[in-house]
Amino acid sequence: MDVLPIIFVIAAAISLAAAVMVVTARNLVHAALWLILTLFGVAALYVLLEAGFFAVVQVVVYIGAIAILFIFAAMLTRRMMQDTGPQLHKAWPLAAVVAVLLFAGLMAILVSWPGMDSAKPALAEGADPLRQLGLALVSPDAYVVPFQLASVLLVAAMVGAIFVAREKNP
Amino acid sequence: MAFLSDPINFIATWLRELLLGWGLAQGAVEAILKFLGAGAVGTFGLALVIFTIWMERKMYARIQDRLGPNRVGPWGIFQTLPDMIKIFTKEYITPAGADLVVYNLAPILTVSGVLLTWAVIPFAPTVFGTDVNVGVLYIVAVGAIGTLGIIMAGWSSNNKYALLGAFRAVAQMVSYEVPMVLALLVPVLLGRTMGINSLVEAQSVWFIVLSPLAALIFFISSLAETGRAPFDLLEAESELVAGFQTEYSGLKFGMFYVGEFLHAFTISALTATLFLGGWRGPGAETYPILGMMFFFIKTFLVYSVVIWIRISLPRLRIDQMLNFNWKFLTPVALALLIVTAVLDKIVVTALADQFATETIYLWVRGLIHLTANLLLGWAALRLLAGGEVKARRVVGQPRPLAVPPVSPPAPETPAAEIG
Amino acid sequence: MIPLSWYLIFAAALFSIGLFGVLARKNAVAILLGVELMLNAANINLLAFWRYRAPEGVAGQAFALIVFAVAAAEVAVGLALIISIYRRRKSVIADEMNLLKW
Repeated sequence: MDVLPIIFVIAAAISLAAAVMVVTARNLVHAALWLILTLFGVAALYVLLEAGFFAVVQVVVYIGAIAILFIFAAMLTRRMMQDTGPQLHKAWPLAAVVAVLLFAGLMAILVSWPGMDSAKPALAEGADPLRQLGLALVSPDAYVVPFQLASVLLVAAMVGAIFVAREKNP
Repeated sequence: MAFLSDPINFIATWLRELLLGWGLAQGAVEAILKFLGAGAVGTFGLALVIFTIWMERKMYARIQDRLGPNRVGPWGIFQTLPDMIKIFTKEYITPAGADLVVYNLAPILTVSGVLLTWAVIPFAPTVFGTDVNVGVLYIVAVGAIGTLGIIMAGWSSNNKYALLGAFRAVAQMVSYEVPMVLALLVPVLLGRTMGINSLVEAQSVWFIVLSPLAALIFFISSLAETGRAPFDLLEAESELVAGFQTEYSGLKFGMFYVGEFLHAFTISALTATLFLGGWRGPGAETYPILGMMFFFIKTFLVYSVVIWIRISLPRLRIDQMLNFNWKFLTPVALALLIVTAVLDKIVVTALADQFATETIYLWVRGLIHLTANLLLGWAALRLLAGGEVKARRVVGQPRPLAVPPVSPPAPETPAAEIG
Repeated sequence: MIPLSWYLIFAAALFSIGLFGVLARKNAVAILLGVELMLNAANINLLAFWRYRAPEGVAGQAFALIVFAVAAAEVAVGLALIISIYRRRKSVIADEMNLLKW
């Protein structure tokens, strides 16, 4: 009797249900709160993948920063939030069809792929994936350029966001 | 003797053997013990608040030259219990138009965000909730949950003051998270690890000796995270009624209250763990109970500083609060992080095997870091003082108070006739 | 023992839900929420493939980390744009942002 599959099923079910609420909730703040629940579920899956670092980063980045940004944006555009009309536009059945077709297509590809049911290989004795990742991010023959680019991107995004959203005082 | 030197593990071993003796599976026993442990840590944290509230009121009173609670029990030590009974029996008032689920979830999230921190704090070498290898990051992550609780409380109350208070709270908490994280990285650099347990083990020289500046920045910014005086402008009663908790009553208000007190105590425990050596002290490794004692002595010392600051300082203005963070704490923390990283690399490569014993090397390293910290702190204070003098000069110059408008006076309108 | 397929199916479902959100919602903020779901689905795939197929490498982890950075940047700029548009046009409905159409 293994506990991990049960945890996986619970986390995945909560996540998916919350994700459905994200795209259907009328109130935007509620949608953002459902998004937070989804992201918690995904963080639990990261823990099951033995990527605890990513689980924690998920909570810091998504829940600590992104979700709060969303809630702020939903409040700042408040008039639309109180709009009780339908939040889906008229062609939503078409969108649903596209989404279901995409899911079916992905499933078809996945089922025909032989590596589908591969079991989790044990981590090598004494291996520390986090340490490897840290070294790879700063070593010149691995990921130092993408890593630096990501930080430049973040700075650029920050400057751009402030510039775009600032109220122009006459 | 085994019981006296390490009571918690003694009980845990006894329970494990008892449960195994009943014929339960190994995995089930471990799961039950984990749940019991989590419950014990959580209950302990919440029960501690009963004591810290009394301690805070007593210290508050003494500094203001009063007696404080002195009726219920010796020195009024049980005063919190009747207060609890009172708050339990109060009526719940839910404002019209409140978002019920979010409204009721908010206080729970606020408390649980604080309580989750206790999972990684080591009380003694053998007594800790769990040893996450990214413990420092975990502390930052659960702090975000508290922020979420506050914004949910402010938004769902359907009250302008509550929403304003929540906006302020989030502005304050998100911005003070930046210097806090930067200051937290300094012990990570010095200890070469992110796990809280291994950080405590790395502190054969306390990190407050190596980097007093980081300790100070961490302490100040986590004090701002708790939202107590002098950073209590998220519930500034003269401007915002009671901020995000305006619409809460009864036990729901009590949860916020408990969350605030527990948060204040938690940051004391964190400061003691990360910078004051946690459970380290003479004999702590052989007798874990001594380690626990040292940990709590250090924590209560830091906590009394927290109370002292709360009582002594007036509330900041919001612009002062944000300026202090972005124009002073964050740049200093960034500079400190760079200086520490470079210096430590140089010291480790140049001096690591120059000395006879490990201890001398550690102290020399500590001394170098201390000097760098003091220099940096001095330079930062000089810069701040320069800016302060300039600001004062501008204000100090005489200038006319109310300038009469230069435009010609408007023709007098006849007073409205009263028919 | 959890097979790799569970993660992949979960990620596919999450991605499809996110896609539905992007396609069907009127509100621009809600569309960004859908994009977040899709990015998370991609991240699960990256980490699952890393753990099950190449645990000795770091490519999956490094990619996932960069996806986090991109997601944060995307949300910051996206929400700034939405707030800016809301100030000028008093609307965050994606269909009504038709200045570039003729």
